[in-house]
Amino acid sequence: MEYEAVIGLEVHAQLSTRSKIFCACSASFGSPPNENTCPVCTGMPGVLPVLNRRVVEFAVRTALATSCTVQKRSVFARKNYFYPDLPKAYQISQYELPLALAGHIDIELNGGTKRIGITRIHMEEDAGKLVHEGEFAGAQASLADLNRCSVPLMEIVSEPDIRTPEEAGAYLRRLRDILVYLEVCDGNMEEGSFRCDANVSVRPKGQEKFGTKAELKNMNSFRNVEKALEYEIRRQIERIEDGGKVVQETRLWDAAAAVTVSMRGKEEAHDYRYFPDPDLLPLMVEEAWVEELRKTIPELPGEKVARFVKAYGIPRYDAWLLASSRSLADFFEASAAVYGANPKVTANECIHWKDAVAAGRLTPETIAHAVEDRESGAISATVSKTLVELAIETGKPIRRIRDEKGLTQVSDTGALEEIAAKVLAANPKEVESYRNGKAGLLSFFVGQVMKETRGKANPRIVQEVLKKKLGV
Amino acid sequence: MAITREEVLHVARLARLALSEGEVDRLKDQLGNILDYIRQIDSLDTRDIVPTSHAVEMGTPFRDDAVHPFGDKEAILGNAPDRQDDFFRVPRIIED
Amino acid sequence: MHEWTLLEAAQKVRANEISSRELTRAVLERIERLNPAINAYITVLAEKAMRDAQSCDEALAKGLVRGPLHGVPVGLKDIFCTRGIRTTCGSRILQNFLPPYDAAVTEKIAASGAVLLGKQNMDEFAMGSSTETSCFGPTRNPWAIDRIPGGSSGGTAAAVAAGMCFAGVGTDTGGSIRQPASVCGVVGVKPTYGRVSRYGMIAFASSLDQGGAVARTVPDAAVMLSVIAGHDRRDSTSVDIPVPDYLAATEKSVKGMKVGLPREYFGAGGLDPAVRAAVEKALASLAEQGAEAVEISLPHTEFALSAYYILAPAEASSNLARYDGVRYGYRAETDGGLIEMMSKTRAQGFGAEVKRRIMIGTYALSAGYYEAYYGKAQKVRTLIRRDFESAFSKVDAILTPTAPTPAFRLGEKLADPLTMYLSDIFTIPCNLAGIPGISVPCGISPDGLPIGAQILGNHFREETLFTAAAAIERAIPLPRVAPL
Repeated sequence: MEYEAVIGLEVHAQLSTRSKIFCACSASFGSPPNENTCPVCTGMPGVLPVLNRRVVEFAVRTALATSCTVQKRSVFARKNYFYPDLPKAYQISQYELPLALAGHIDIELNGGTKRIGITRIHMEEDAGKLVHEGEFAGAQASLADLNRCSVPLMEIVSEPDIRTPEEAGAYLRRLRDILVYLEVCDGNMEEGSFRCDANVSVRPKGQEKFGTKAELKNMNSFRNVEKALEYEIRRQIERIEDGGKVVQETRLWDAAAAVTVSMRGKEEAHDYRYFPDPDLLPLMVEEAWVEELRKTIPELPGEKVARFVKAYGIPRYDAWLLASSRSLADFFEASAAVYGANPKVTANECIHWKDAVAAGRLTPETIAHAVEDRESGAISATVSKTLVELAIETGKPIRRIRDEKGLTQVSDTGALEEIAAKVLAANPKEVESYRNGKAGLLSFFVGQVMKETRGKANPRIVQEVLKKKLGV
Repeated sequence: MAITREEVLHVARLARLALSEGEVDRLKDQLGNILDYIRQIDSLDTRDIVPTSHAVEMGTPFRDDAVHPFGDKEAILGNAPDRQDDFFRVPRIIED
Repeated sequence: MHEWTLLEAAQKVRANEISSRELTRAVLERIERLNPAINAYITVLAEKAMRDAQSCDEALAKGLVRGPLHGVPVGLKDIFCTRGIRTTCGSRILQNFLPPYDAAVTEKIAASGAVLLGKQNMDEFAMGSSTETSCFGPTRNPWAIDRIPGGSSGGTAAAVAAGMCFAGVGTDTGGSIRQPASVCGVVGVKPTYGRVSRYGMIAFASSLDQGGAVARTVPDAAVMLSVIAGHDRRDSTSVDIPVPDYLAATEKSVKGMKVGLPREYFGAGGLDPAVRAAVEKALASLAEQGAEAVEISLPHTEFALSAYYILAPAEASSNLARYDGVRYGYRAETDGGLIEMMSKTRAQGFGAEVKRRIMIGTYALSAGYYEAYYGKAQKVRTLIRRDFESAFSKVDAILTPTAPTPAFRLGEKLADPLTMYLSDIFTIPCNLAGIPGISVPCGISPDGLPIGAQILGNHFREETLFTAAAAIERAIPLPRVAPL
């Protein structure tokens, strides 16, 4: 029988705010233990949460960028459970009435696009971190570091519209690109600022009803999400085909062993006793505020790709490579504005030098002038590469380097004819072979001329001169 | 309304209260009586009534996204029943 | 000296008729003499109070008046956090807790120039109506030592009634200021929810908790409330509305004021005849001064107690979950793992009443019961709020008894929690609606026990309460300090 998977993803994105969601402690990563704590985020008696405005702004902008409907009134609730990394013994989250509902993201798959629904977006606080003394199983004690408590998170829940691990990967990359574009999340999966859990089930192809799902956790890269899903789908199908049943459970991805492992028995039956947090009033997001925030939404990757293809006539694949980073895309456009006669070459150059662009070591003029000079025949491709490297190294304008080093290309036919004659005279055997039909030797002569001119000759003109001299 | 011993034990587990046998018995009766009294609200028809969760009717206020470090880590860690360096120390986590 | 009102004491200090040190020393001596019997204070800050008094005197010598209560000694319920000073909430679980911060109320008291005498006894986590659930032992009523002082702010009410401070600050979740004020013969005011910042005030039921003043006279209570009221950005439920001149309101006439008498309150079973008679006398005094009595109905009153005993324990079960032995407070000795440590800590750290309420609240929120209990109670809360909205479209104030009976005997209701809960039957609806309420003495029972009348007002109309309460106080003169 043929099976298909049904996948829904829950993404937790850490919002790039300066302070925490409910107190004025720093939300930064990597401080000494318990450095970024105060009475509020360590759950001391009597102290109270006050909502960080920027957290709401970031979440609203994400909602708008994913076509969600922002709710005028949403409510923070308490999710109650005991754990030493959760100081108040409840997490402030949104439950029944989240900030945003019913959006979507379009993903690209082998030329086509597919729309993945977004169920909801809500805000919540992160928990702290536990360090175990020695090996977990034999640990005598655990140590709690509460720096991460109350760091703002945004949870984005997809509809179960995803059918393959590839689609899941495409959705996650697309979502991350959007968050990074909006500058609301740094998108770093390894450091945990972009985390993903997956709900996955399988069903015979054609069947409407969903199968029993498993929840997958602990996948800390896009590749791991895809691998974990591949494994889990295979596992569930095999289980069904062996006459067994899939159990509803949470499974952890073990990246080293490349398997998912049941958490059964390690997780107690949860009863979170959600109720509206009496310490926070309902969150009211007025239409005017939403409209103000809508104006701050930049052109998103998908829109940018479509525009690049149309406006610059560059291949879709290249457009995606450029659009994968907002700064690279902006750089490309700036270069193309300086010299726009051949955007395809400009795009290639930008992609080639993307690391230097990201590091801020190249100006759009450098690429534009390099491309323009090459197009005009003033420099060769080889010299162009050398010049860009020198520009990165020295920070000087590329044309000044060109002139200082005298690297302008020789296109003077007279001068080249002299050198060509010299080269042909020095290689009589090769000339004879060429004339006897070994046409491939032309590039040998071109190379020799280039060597004589130390790369400054225009290869196109060199070829013409040589052909004429060789009498072909 | 009767509440069973098992329910009392379940709720005590949720609330992380290690109750003695005597407490469980007493609470079983007391909670039963209190719940009996409370359930008189069942007689009210509240179908179209909007719930009230706050005594004030306004939107939650905001704070600006500015960092003001608390600055006295020692006062926070100083209350810890058990600490190791700058961590709060807790007994090993044994799963039930 | 201890019989002076707060206003008199403040005036005398400012006029250099007495130094803050003399005044503070006199009250400290009275505390030293009476506290062993009454147990109104958990912590007495004798040395600190004398140092602060000296600093007040020095400031005054330079012509500096810090605020309206400059140099006057007052007390705080031990629910308000005080930086570096033990704050227990009457619980073993916090018996050694040193907050690294001050509550907003603590800051405001300091800013008023008052001298803090100490932290006053209370029912554990403010759960109780008799101050018998404190882990520091019960407080006794200065009017009759074998009787309860009410609760949960019983330590504060008893201290004020016994002249062991000039005024105090308590908290009121279901009557915890008004009911002890009533049974101790003093004035207690719970303002509109959102008036007094809850920052640093240890939470019992966050949507109902509100700080308020306890004092010997209505003008004293008015001054005390104006000191602690006001907007605070650290409390998201704090309301940004200017605080009016409450003291001026105590001098206004009640002429033309419409006073509602809810028939559900006066028809309640269990209402002591002496209480009824005293409240009727209070009404008569208002009528004599030109107020108009109007019979009204608050039809959902009988459901208020049920709704309260779902909502308050539910919030409490969550608010008190943080006491887990990890970061501060008591931790049980155990060889077991984490869950055992937490469960034993909480079982040993909390008293019987707190555990009972945590159990009720946890049950009411647990899977399968939420709608039937919590959801339903929230809707009842809406109905009770509407009852008051409709009443206040017809009247300016509502007059009721504060408590159904005068002070009962210690231990009398401890064994039966439900009977104890019924002591708050007249005070609870006010908290559910978030409106202000005041209790003012209006008589003495045949047994010689004080009786209070409760006046309720519309949201942010505390001034109406002060006007009416002051009119009753002027018409019915009663001893300000318990005859000890």
